[in-house]
Parts: sequence; structure tokens; C-alpha cells
Amino acid sequence: MELDFPIVQVLNEEGTIVQPEYREQITKELTMTMYRHLIRTRMFDRKCVSLQRQGRIGTYVPYEGQEACQVGSALALNDDDWMFPTYRDHGAMMTFGRSLTQTLLYWKGRTEGCVPPEGKKIVPPSVPIATQLPHAAGAACAEKWKGTKNAVIVYFGDGATSEGDFHEGLNFASVFNAPVVFFNQNNQYAISVPITRQMKTKTIAQKALAYDIPGLRIDGNDVFAVYFKTTEALERARNGGGPTLIEAVTWRYGAHTTSDDPSRYRDQEESKKRRETTDPIKRVERLMQREGWWDEEWVNQVQEEVNAEIEQAVVEMESYPKANVSDMFDFVFAQPTWTIAEQKEAYLQWKRGMER
Amino acid sequence: MITKVGVKSLTIVQAVNDALRTMLKEREDVILLGEDIGKNGGVFRATEGLLEEFGEERVMDTPLSEAGFTGAAIGMALNGFRPVVEIQFLGFIYPAYEQIMTHAARMRARTRGHFTVPLVIRAPYGAGVRAPEIHSDSTEALFTHMPGIKVVCPASPYDAKGLLIAAIEDPDPVLFLEPMRSYRAFREDVPEGKYTIEIGKGKKRREGDDVTVIAWGAMVPVAIKAAEEAKKKGIYADVIDLRTLYPLDKDIIAESVQKTGRTVIVQEAHATGGLANDILAVINDTSFFYQKAPAERVTGFDVPVPFFAYEDDYLPTPARVLHAIEKVMNF
Repeated sequence: MELDFPIVQVLNEEGTIVQPEYREQITKELTMTMYRHLIRTRMFDRKCVSLQRQGRIGTYVPYEGQEACQVGSALALNDDDWMFPTYRDHGAMMTFGRSLTQTLLYWKGRTEGCVPPEGKKIVPPSVPIATQLPHAAGAACAEKWKGTKNAVIVYFGDGATSEGDFHEGLNFASVFNAPVVFFNQNNQYAISVPITRQMKTKTIAQKALAYDIPGLRIDGNDVFAVYFKTTEALERARNGGGPTLIEAVTWRYGAHTTSDDPSRYRDQEESKKRRETTDPIKRVERLMQREGWWDEEWVNQVQEEVNAEIEQAVVEMESYPKANVSDMFDFVFAQPTWTIAEQKEAYLQWKRGMER
Repeated sequence: MITKVGVKSLTIVQAVNDALRTMLKEREDVILLGEDIGKNGGVFRATEGLLEEFGEERVMDTPLSEAGFTGAAIGMALNGFRPVVEIQFLGFIYPAYEQIMTHAARMRARTRGHFTVPLVIRAPYGAGVRAPEIHSDSTEALFTHMPGIKVVCPASPYDAKGLLIAAIEDPDPVLFLEPMRSYRAFREDVPEGKYTIEIGKGKKRREGDDVTVIAWGAMVPVAIKAAEEAKKKGIYADVIDLRTLYPLDKDIIAESVQKTGRTVIVQEAHATGGLANDILAVINDTSFFYQKAPAERVTGFDVPVPFFAYEDDYLPTPARVLHAIEKVMNF
């Protein structure tokens, strides 16, 4: 079955374009855009890990190593498309338009972090596993019934394919021919459990066969493969071609969360090795050097700009108004029930008394 | 520090580990299933070292599928095993809810006792550790309401070990809730080897004649702290640690309330439909005419357990409990 679902690459590890039909589309401008987003997502992720270590945000979920999956797929979206992320997909969310400040607020335990920018259909990250897949199928059905050309992307990991919701979501989308792209980031570990223990199938893409939808396996560290293949799947969806399952094979370099210690369950030498060989950013750098697009000054400038943007976001997060207790009560229903109204009043009264 | 023979000073999470190890040694039919419980030793290390000691056939890392491994454990229980499954956080149990509600909890009733499900489901629960959202639920009442499953919730290392062993030996399904916030909060002397604590029995943590304070799990330390504050004001409280949430120990509740006539119930969970209301029903049924004041409930609110920036305002605190104690005293 692995042979039926070969890993598709556009840009190989050496930075060579291996699919000539994309040659013309890979312009200097597109490459620079990709590179900027890759650098931005990576620098932000590292900053977040450091903020967590200093106690300035809560438990954090790093995605380092998976930037190409998130950047390439998010850049393939149209502004009016929907995004259903998981808790590891803030790289995709910020590429699609969520601000860094909002992202930081989320990791600081604030609901403000779940509110998307005006006009952007970014649903809050799903924290349980695979539950967002049926939502994506439903939102896609709704777009179809409304007669739009909007599509939906939904993210999930390799472990999610073991949940019922994965199968239910794919089946539902398949039956109703919903315009949705099921974008799997196969980073090969669900916390400590390797993919070989998670499933007997050698690929995730082959699971598409059961739902009679296209299944595609791509190199998730190749931002161009991700970008072009996701674009094609989205286009097919917009034009009535129904759902696609994309398996983007990748690797998380670090821990599952900042509370996790990966050295307990795997040899971290593997990550070190992959940083040198299959890294999503390094191969774009190699392309740029190969094509004569590498400009040290420009790269430094990008880093400086991104750094300034991140530092500004940290300042905004830390100077954000204190969490308002009322918020906990006020957003549960359109009109608060008497129970919530009474509880709120009694609590706030007591709290004021304590503060006096 | 003098170490007593046959006793170890353990935290709650270590006591859970000790109970599991004891029972894996004691009974060949005990098996463990769950996500990341093997090589990783559980995300809280509750199963640390058990894979190495007992092997992959008895300590199983499962696919990421709460409904799948809980359902499979039901099948194993039907067929002669005593599975102990770990749900990583109580907030992730809901995919397995149907398996528990519709199958584990009613198999005995449906088959007149022919098929039984001696299954233990362990789950860390509760807020107060600054966890990401959805990791802090305390929905024990969804399960105390469910006919056919017992619900146990220890507050101390000694009880955690004795109750978990009792749960594993119990002929029926047991949900075993572990207070995440107290996992490593303190140590207690825990005997080595096997011992059990009877399911369905509470325990008095403090003695006093003025007021009864009832709590369980992570709220027991909160209740004790409030009782100590009350003592400084000359108010003496009985503090009852329920330990088992279904079936409730109605005798310990009645005995204390009939003595004090005043009750405060401390519940981390949402107010409506919470266990505190069932405790009020016990008081109503056993001790109505002994009461000198309407009972007070200190609970979480009817709101989703909030993101951690708001959790200090959600969780009952010693100050809120003390306020309720004073209210019933001054009625």
C-alpha cells in the first residue's frame, strides 16, 4: 500500500525542484513569502517556549519542525475559507491572519485568544482529539448549500486517526461531497506513542480509500509540496469535487507540550539529525542559494522585522488588561439564566467585600 | 527522619502507582490500558516503571481512542480480566461516555448477573494547576447520576492506595477520580503491600461540634484550611471527606449533621445537578429536624470550567468556605 501512496515532493532536501511542472510557479517572490512565514512561525514558537520557561505564559504546545505543513497549507487558503485547527496549529492560524498577541493570550489562559480577527473564520483550536473533523465536514456542507466557492481546511495529527470522529468526519464529508480538505500532520508520535503502535497501516493517506475520496501523501517538510497540493485539493473542493485527505509526513523536533519530556520515549538524536537533513527552512535556504536569490541583508532584515513583531506582541500580551471575572459568566448564553445571574451577583458581591 | 518498617512516605500519584504495582503482582488478571501509560509512564507518571516490570502484555499503550480502549476493556472484563484503564484527563472521557453509560454500567442488570464488568476507569480531574483549557473538568456528577457504576474520589495518598485496590477487587465498574491538584501536594505514610478501604465509607478529617463541612477530592484540603481558620474564631468543625461519591456514606453525614445542625458542602463542580444536591437530599431524608440553619453550598458556577486566567475565581477557596461557615453559624 505504501507504493500506492508515495510521498510527493516538489522541493527535495537538497533544495532542488524535483517536479518540473511547478518550476515556473516557484518564483523568487513566492519563495521569499514562504521563507518569511517559515522564519516568523519558527521564531515565534521558540519565543513561546522561552516565555513558558520563564512563567510568562502557561503550558505551551510547540510545533517546531512542522512549519512547512502549517505555512504552506495556510497560504493555500482564500480569505473566505474556514480553518479548524488543533492546539498545535497556531503556526497555521497566525499565517492565516490571527495576531501574535491573540496567540499569546490564548497560551496565557485568556478567552480573548479564541476570538478570530474580524472577517476571519478561524475556529478555536480543538483540544480533545479529532473532534473538529465532523465540524469541518458540517461547515463545508453549509458552504456548499449556500452556493459559495468557499472551502474548509481541518488539521489533525496521526493519533487522531484512531478516534471515531476521524472516520465519522471523513464519511460524512464523503457522503455529502463536502468542500473540505482533511489535512493530516503525521509527525509520527502521539505524545509518546509511535505511529507503528497507533495503526497497522503504513500510510494515513490510504484510509481515504474507505471513503472513496482522494488520498495523498506528501512531504510535510516541503513547503511547496504542501502549498501546491493543498491548493489543488481546495480548488477541487470549491468546484464540486468533494473532500480530500492529505497526509503530510513531518516530525516534531521537541516535546509534545512544555510539560512533556520526549527523552523518556525516543532518542532525541533523531531530531538533531533531522534538523540537519530534512528541515523545512534549510531546504528553502538551499533553494534560494541555488537560484541566486539568497540575500544575507534581506534575511537579516526579515529576522529583525519578525523579532520586532514578536517583541511587540509580548509587550501587548503583558500589558493587556487583567482578566475580567465577569467574562466567565457573561458569555455562556445569549441571555444569562437566573442561575448564572445569581451566582455572578453573589460572587462579585462577596469579592468586593473581600477586597474592601 | 525515621522510616517505619513496611511503610513508605508517598504522594497521591505515587500511592496510585504503588496500588497498581501491588495488584499487578497480586493478581494475574489485572491489566492496564491507556494512552502513554507504557514507555512514558503516564503523563502524570502514575504508571511509571510498570511496563518495565510487567511487560507489554499487561501494561498496554493503546491507540488514541477513549471509546475504543474503554470498549475493549469492557470486552476484556466480560472475558475474565480486570482491566484498569487510564483516561488522561477527565475532560477527555466523553467519547467513552456511551461505552460506560450504555454498556459497562448496565451489563449486569441486563443479563441478571450473567455478564459482569469488573472494570476500573482512572481519571485525573479538576482545576487549579494552570492547565490548558478542557483539562480541568470535575464532572463527577455525570457519573454519580449514572446507574450501575461506583464513583470513588480519594483525597490522600493512604486512601488513594487502599481505595484503588478495593476498586480493582470490586465486582462492578468503578470510576476512580484522582485529584490532579493534590497529586504531588503532600506526602503521607502508606503501608507496603495490599490493603483495602471499603468503598462507600467516608472519613472524618477534623472533629468539631459546631458545624459539618463536607468535601471530597481536591476540596478536602480547602475544607480543612477553612476549618482551621474557623477554629481561630472559636468555631469547631467536623470535616467529612466523603472518599466515595456513589454510593454516599449517609451514616457519616447523618451522624455529623445531627450533632452540629449546621452544614457547609464544598464542591468544585458546577452548582446545578452537582453532588452537593444529593448530599442535601441525604440530609433532608435523615436529619431534617436536627438542622439549626439552612445548609450552604460552596461550589463552582454554572459556567464551563474557565481558562486558567479565571480559575482562581471559579474554584472554591478557604475564604469562601469560611464565609459559608460563618453564615450558617450566624443564621
